[in-house]
Amino acid sequence: MQIPVEGFMYPNEVELQWSVLIVLYPFITGLVAGAFILASLERVFRVEAVKPTYRLALLTALAFMLVAPLPLQLHLGHPERSLEMYLTPHRSSAMAMFGFVYLWYLMAVLLLEIWLDYRHDIVVLSQTERGWKRLVYRVLTLGSSNVSERALRIDERLGYFITLIGIPSAFLLHGYVGFIFGSVKANPWWSSPLMPIVFIFSAMVSGISAVMLLYMFSTRLRRREIDMRCVDTIARYLLYTFIIDFSLEMLDLIHRIYEADESFRSLDFMVHTRLWMSQVIVQILLGTVAPIALLGLTQFLRFSDLARKGIYVLAGCLTMIGIFAMRWNVVIGGQLFSKSFLGYTTYKMSFATREGLLTAIALMILPFVILWVLVKLLPPWPESASLPGSGAAPAHGAS
Amino acid sequence: MFKDIEHLIRLAVVIAIALVAFVILRAAVVPHSFGQYGHYRGAAIGEIASRPVAFAGHDTCEACHTDVVDQKKLGKHVVVACEACHGALAKHADDPGSVQPGKLDTAVVCARCHEANSAKPKGFPQVATADHAGGLACDTCHQPHRPKIETEGKK
Repeated sequence: MQIPVEGFMYPNEVELQWSVLIVLYPFITGLVAGAFILASLERVFRVEAVKPTYRLALLTALAFMLVAPLPLQLHLGHPERSLEMYLTPHRSSAMAMFGFVYLWYLMAVLLLEIWLDYRHDIVVLSQTERGWKRLVYRVLTLGSSNVSERALRIDERLGYFITLIGIPSAFLLHGYVGFIFGSVKANPWWSSPLMPIVFIFSAMVSGISAVMLLYMFSTRLRRREIDMRCVDTIARYLLYTFIIDFSLEMLDLIHRIYEADESFRSLDFMVHTRLWMSQVIVQILLGTVAPIALLGLTQFLRFSDLARKGIYVLAGCLTMIGIFAMRWNVVIGGQLFSKSFLGYTTYKMSFATREGLLTAIALMILPFVILWVLVKLLPPWPESASLPGSGAAPAHGAS
Repeated sequence: MFKDIEHLIRLAVVIAIALVAFVILRAAVVPHSFGQYGHYRGAAIGEIASRPVAFAGHDTCEACHTDVVDQKKLGKHVVVACEACHGALAKHADDPGSVQPGKLDTAVVCARCHEANSAKPKGFPQVATADHAGGLACDTCHQPHRPKIETEGKK
């Protein structure tokens, strides 16, 4: 397959090494970190209004977390070798140490917090369910069915502590992804100390937006009433985070323009040609300015509930597109120009291959399938907290 | 008090079992010589060194193929080692009678170096093979050991 090249490219730059799967990887990891931070709003910062989304946010984070390493494994091949990160840790490699960041976040933060939060429900379900489900719940109780008020209070305090550790861990998880790009000093499109911070805030934006949309769609599917106080609060936090994220991205842009180092002309040309659509139109205008304006409008003008719902769904969808475009422009954009600053290549996405579009679509559907299974197993809905035979409130509500 | 944290103790036991299992697995699967010299298996050096030699080296080739050496001396390919194009041929050098190298497809071999690419130095001979030869093998016109085509008058 002939790849269209313009100007001067070094031979190893003609074909892009990091494909659409590497675009998915920061996108998915960002959703994990963002969803968790939204959950921590309720737990640590006591934002009671977002409580209906607390459990859904945790399960969303887990569903996406389980899929996060798959794009990397598909890209590299030999997934069985990924275990070697743990067996023979390579301490000087940021990429190899990701295994530990991932493991810490999955095992010590997410699973533990979900287990502690759901323990009351799990114990009740292990007594009321029948068949294989009963077996699953019994295994999950670890053989202890103590849900006394005192035990639940201990769980609550421990859960609070884990969330407290979880917030810097979520920052570490996605800050690390930004660090991987930001530390590539050979590539001026990536090499910036702002990269980890921009990644964290964009992660928060995408995660908050994803949970908001998931909450609205799932409530609609269950034919329940959407808690407007909850979505109004989420939308407000989304707006605040978005403003910080946009300011940081613009700060980075202005800094680059003013600094205008030797790479500037080349990158500027690229943004005005090959990345014009995905960066300026989709990422900045449609995916950032438009949702900020829409969310901002709801803060200044009074809209009916129906109109606000529509605005939130539109702003949320645009946000997801915008953040995906941001990941695309970072990963793909950073490989389109030559280190000589004199040439540009093209990314040709394949379709039904290991790193093709079809695989990317399947990887984006998979977290939703996992989430569906998790929701069936551990219902996150507010009304399911009062299960038959349960006298106490769920653990996270005990405070 | 113990009763209220019983589930946490059970969790701690599960985590401890997982950690012990990991330590045992690690001891079982990580090779003993790993890390002896660096982030790799130390014994690999000896294993690689004991592998049979695949390349004969151009001195060995030139001992028999003196006619080719004379041809190469007249052209630029004098600096190219025989096995760079013909591949590793230690087996042929050991037993020239029974192990014969296969015929090379010059349409593929030559393009490895001479396919046009803007990243190559200007003075290096390079062609866009599709335009230049139209699918013909290079040795239809060029003699690979002395590739320059010299017309009768200029000789």
